[in-house]
Amino acid sequence: MEPFLWLLFSAGGVVSALLVPALLFLFGLALPLGWVTPDYTHLSAVLGHPATRVVLLGLCVLALFHWAHRFRYALYDGLQLKHLDRVINLLCYGGALAGSAAAGLLLLT
Amino acid sequence: MADRITLRVTRYRPESDTEPTAQEYDIPLRKEWVVLDGLNHIKDHLDGTLSYRWSCRMGVCGSCGMIVNGEPKLTCATFLKEYAPGPIRIEPLSNFPIVRDLVVDIGDFMRKLPRVKPWLIRSEQERPAKEEHLQLPAEREEYEQFSMCINCMLCYSACPVYALDQDFLGPAAIALAQRYNLDSRDQGSAERMDVLSSADGIWACTFVGECSAVCPKDVDPAGAIQRYKFTAAMDALKTLLLPRGAR
Ligand code: SF4
Ligand code: FES
Repeated sequence: MEPFLWLLFSAGGVVSALLVPALLFLFGLALPLGWVTPDYTHLSAVLGHPATRVVLLGLCVLALFHWAHRFRYALYDGLQLKHLDRVINLLCYGGALAGSAAAGLLLLT
Repeated sequence: MADRITLRVTRYRPESDTEPTAQEYDIPLRKEWVVLDGLNHIKDHLDGTLSYRWSCRMGVCGSCGMIVNGEPKLTCATFLKEYAPGPIRIEPLSNFPIVRDLVVDIGDFMRKLPRVKPWLIRSEQERPAKEEHLQLPAEREEYEQFSMCINCMLCYSACPVYALDQDFLGPAAIALAQRYNLDSRDQGSAERMDVLSSADGIWACTFVGECSAVCPKDVDPAGAIQRYKFTAAMDALKTLLLPRGAR
């Protein structure tokens, strides 16, 4: 199981590092502060496109699994709670699964 | 520069001490002296009972590793003057049992090392070679970095995962396995995989990276582990997705 969780973790790290800063910059700074003025009808068409939604869902899912893996080890080693591994695994990966489902609902329906 | 400096050295004599204590020695501070020269000065002139390991004085034998002011260091490659005006704390390598004073027992590593089969493995069916196995410079470069390890144990001393879980195979043993896995003359990577990709192998590593930060030989064990995680994960994916014959 560990190899697959690690693959999700590292894929999540890579896509988050690449996409999240760009998205934050665009939608958190550049747009609200008026540095760029997009054509809003075009923008909403792009955001509404199924491909965009699938990409965003992929980003959410991978980022969540990245978090789950990191947080699991932060609890294991950082707080030395390794004996609670079952609860921790359930919390972390269960949380990532639940978050992925929520993201799927929001983005695909 | 002041001409003297104080070393606070850990002492532990198992026959009389219940736990390690610190003893201070005042020694000359010379700009060309490394910490090991300071210890040798103590041993020769101040206190012949101090025990510590060293041999080559030139960063080759890997036996003089100690904790200097809280950091794992080769004492033959660490200058006293960098720590002036002192005092300098000299402690035995952490994460290993102390035998005496600054001498630690690295038996745990010595037992783990052969488990990763750190030697060239050739297929059993192969007939004995009539000539040497040639290797291109580019092929040698693949593993050269990992072959620089001098087994100094600074990486084990720095590793927070090893500190918590002594079953962890550890940085140098995994880097040394990769030294052979990546050697074009070797055919043993499949034999090493079980030990390497077990829960106590690469998967115990959380990529803190302290091993690579302290390594005096730029071996980059953390990089070796990350690289092997990718190899092992791809192998697991293949096992899952491909039918037996196609693997
Ligand atoms: S990997 Fe570096 S720090 Fe670790 S034992 Fe080898 S030389 Fe020392
Ligand atoms: S004495 Fe040999 S490495 Fe320091």
